[in-house]
Amino acid sequence: MTTPSLRVSKISKSFPGVHALVDVNLEVAKGEIHALLGENGAGKSTLLKILSGAQPPDSGEMEFAGQPLVLANPHDAQRLGIVTIYQEFTLAPNMTVAENVFIGREPGSGVFVNWKEMASRTRSIIKSIGLDIDPMTLVHDLSVAEQQLVEIARALSMQSRLIIMDEPTSALSSKEVTKLFGIVRALKSQDVSIIFVTHRLEEVLELCDNYTVLRDGRQVGSGPIAGTTIDDLIRMMVGRQANALFHHEHHSTARPEVALSIKDLSRRGNARDPHATVLDNVSLFVRKGEILGLAGLVGAGRTELARAIFGADPFASGQIYIGKKLAVIASPQDAIRNGIGLVPEDRKQQALFLSLAIKMNVSMASLSHLKSWELFVDERAEEQMVEEFRRALNIRMAGPRQLVANLSGGNQQKVVLARWLALRPQVLIVDEPTRGIDVGAKVEVHNLLFEMAASGIAIIAISSELPEILAISDRIVTMREGKVTGEIDRAAATQEILLSMMTVGASKAA
Amino acid sequence: MVDAKLPAVTPVKFDAFDFLARFAPLIFLIVLMAVFAIMEPRFLSSLNLFNVMRQVSIVGLLALGMTFVILTAGIDLSIGSLLAFAGLVAAAVSKGGLSNRFTVGEGQDALGYAWYLAALAAIGVGIIGGYLQGFAITRLKVPPFVVTLGGMSAFRGAALLFAAGGPISGFEPNMVWWGQGKIGPLPLLGWQIPVPVIIFLSFAVLAHVVLRYTRYGRQVYAVGGNSEAARLSGLNVRAVTTSVYVIMGFFAGLGAFVLAARLNSAEAVAGTGYELTVIASVVIGGTSLFGGVGTIFGTVIGTILIGVLLNGLVLMNVSSYVQQIIIGVIIVLAVAFDTFAKSRRRTK
Repeated sequence: MTTPSLRVSKISKSFPGVHALVDVNLEVAKGEIHALLGENGAGKSTLLKILSGAQPPDSGEMEFAGQPLVLANPHDAQRLGIVTIYQEFTLAPNMTVAENVFIGREPGSGVFVNWKEMASRTRSIIKSIGLDIDPMTLVHDLSVAEQQLVEIARALSMQSRLIIMDEPTSALSSKEVTKLFGIVRALKSQDVSIIFVTHRLEEVLELCDNYTVLRDGRQVGSGPIAGTTIDDLIRMMVGRQANALFHHEHHSTARPEVALSIKDLSRRGNARDPHATVLDNVSLFVRKGEILGLAGLVGAGRTELARAIFGADPFASGQIYIGKKLAVIASPQDAIRNGIGLVPEDRKQQALFLSLAIKMNVSMASLSHLKSWELFVDERAEEQMVEEFRRALNIRMAGPRQLVANLSGGNQQKVVLARWLALRPQVLIVDEPTRGIDVGAKVEVHNLLFEMAASGIAIIAISSELPEILAISDRIVTMREGKVTGEIDRAAATQEILLSMMTVGASKAA
Repeated sequence: MVDAKLPAVTPVKFDAFDFLARFAPLIFLIVLMAVFAIMEPRFLSSLNLFNVMRQVSIVGLLALGMTFVILTAGIDLSIGSLLAFAGLVAAAVSKGGLSNRFTVGEGQDALGYAWYLAALAAIGVGIIGGYLQGFAITRLKVPPFVVTLGGMSAFRGAALLFAAGGPISGFEPNMVWWGQGKIGPLPLLGWQIPVPVIIFLSFAVLAHVVLRYTRYGRQVYAVGGNSEAARLSGLNVRAVTTSVYVIMGFFAGLGAFVLAARLNSAEAVAGTGYELTVIASVVIGGTSLFGGVGTIFGTVIGTILIGVLLNGLVLMNVSSYVQQIIIGVIIVLAVAFDTFAKSRRRTK
């Protein structure tokens, strides 16, 4: 192997309260395709941001092509030939392909752009990667796969020596993936180094030369792909020690009656691509008093499923049954009428009214139970209700009229839970119920979920943290790319099994 | 149940900035009145103070409606035009048509309709205009700024078309009373209070009760505070959004009726530029253009503040051109203050 093109040694980075990266090393040779692996939150994104100049490391050294590498901003990185293609595209949709490829570096003299040269240079670049379109096409007229290729064309136009690809295949069909791999291999043959971030482990075995696995911000393994199996990689990503904090004494309170079942729920089209498969014939059920865990990687369709059941997004086909009765759910109001509640994944954007008092946040969904003289809010009953929830959920607050914005994340989440408990739902869907709250509050929220289940509420819990899923669920359903890939009892589940069900599908997991 | 482990609650500390943000309009108003009183002794005479109140009452009525709209993070630029159109319709009803539009005084009562029909007509026009705009905003998904900018032009055109450009003057005395009448003298104080002031303050109390104490009021704050969270809490966001434009239309119609009565005339150019004064009054009163924050009390103070400012400037012989500059600068400063306050809330 030749001298490393990129050498990263002992890089560390902390954010308030979190060690995002601790002493991470990474070496990528010229013409090497290096897989960077890890679960959600393992530190991959932070490392990418450091390599692309978007964030400085707290400590550690980097070397690129034999020179010390110090990046003040993304522009520095680009000038040195380090180009990052992010998962979220950074193209300007209302500009042409050529303009996007050469944005900020338009060929021409003075303030004038030489359109002819820009178009012809763009044409030769996109042709070399098999994209045969007019460089003057507007980007928003392209498919997602074609947009991905435009991103790559832009990277190539910068004479890149290191291209970092963050989940480049997540939006592509298998045919397009094959094409992308061909391009990546061609780049490799031109001595371009590639860092390839993906959740799809089969792809890693097929394409990459070496790997580095991160877990909780630490480098837990690296080496050549040859002789490594998917199981090896999963074991490294998950780690041996399960998180001790999540060992609850939880006994299932599931009852025999089914509270909610869905049959063949399908939905196509999202904001980026009107033809994308979002949900593909999803069927599942949850019993009264049961906690059903819904596991999957980011983009597997868990949140989309939750929103479809709750009527927040429309779905194309399928049925939702409450008990044995078919329910028509076209809006959150319909869902609430049918006894379904949703604690959404993004507390601040989707659940809280930050400018309003705690009590208004608690009572917002149940105002119809708190009326006096029909039109008015019975504020005495309202404050009494908030006081009951303060005790029951142990919400630390100054008073019911305090602004909810001034509470900690954990207490804010309890306020959102209280909003739904006030409605006495039959089914409660909680999407990432402990995201961004501290460990003590996490345990409290878990115990609340257990109490709610014990009272007969059917709970569907979505979490990206596998230890959490394992700790709170009675039964776990895994999803990948909008499909249900498997179902397993908690007693039989381990992180390794779940991760393989989430990444390669049920058939291989057994 | 024993609250044995009730956790320590951080005491609410006195925050000078919060205090200022809350009472800034009132403090500013008092300071302004003191300055004017010192510089121009005529300012504090009760006649002048009632004059100020009477002048602000129509802008004040519109500002009450605008408070509902801005609380949902919306805006309504059409109110001046809608007011002109509604005023002309009310005038035509009062006169019994457009044929004897200039006859003034006794002898034409038989032809026209009673004042309450004129008032209903003005309010009806306002409500329909508001509903159409609310429909365009919620169903056609056009931003409020654009819809009401269109309304600003369309209603002005409708007003000019309806009255063929000319004024309609001379109403029956019962109608004129609503704009020029006074109630009183009050016992002990001996004041005579102009009717428009009583209308303004009565509706201010009503609007305050609706926003502060009703379920509907909660929903207005919720939609403005976080419309996605409101939707996911089962609120009918479209209905609430449409309703605030209907309420705005109601107040535009009511204001049109009172203005026509006060001037004993309605014309198509009435209310030009009102949208700016009204929005300034609401924003200065502490209602956030980002939605979800604001009170009717603040709006009333903001309205009086703008009225006092303009009245004081008139008394001090400041040109009306300069007044426009001052209003413009004040709006920008008030919003800058609001943005600053919001970023402070966020980082907290």
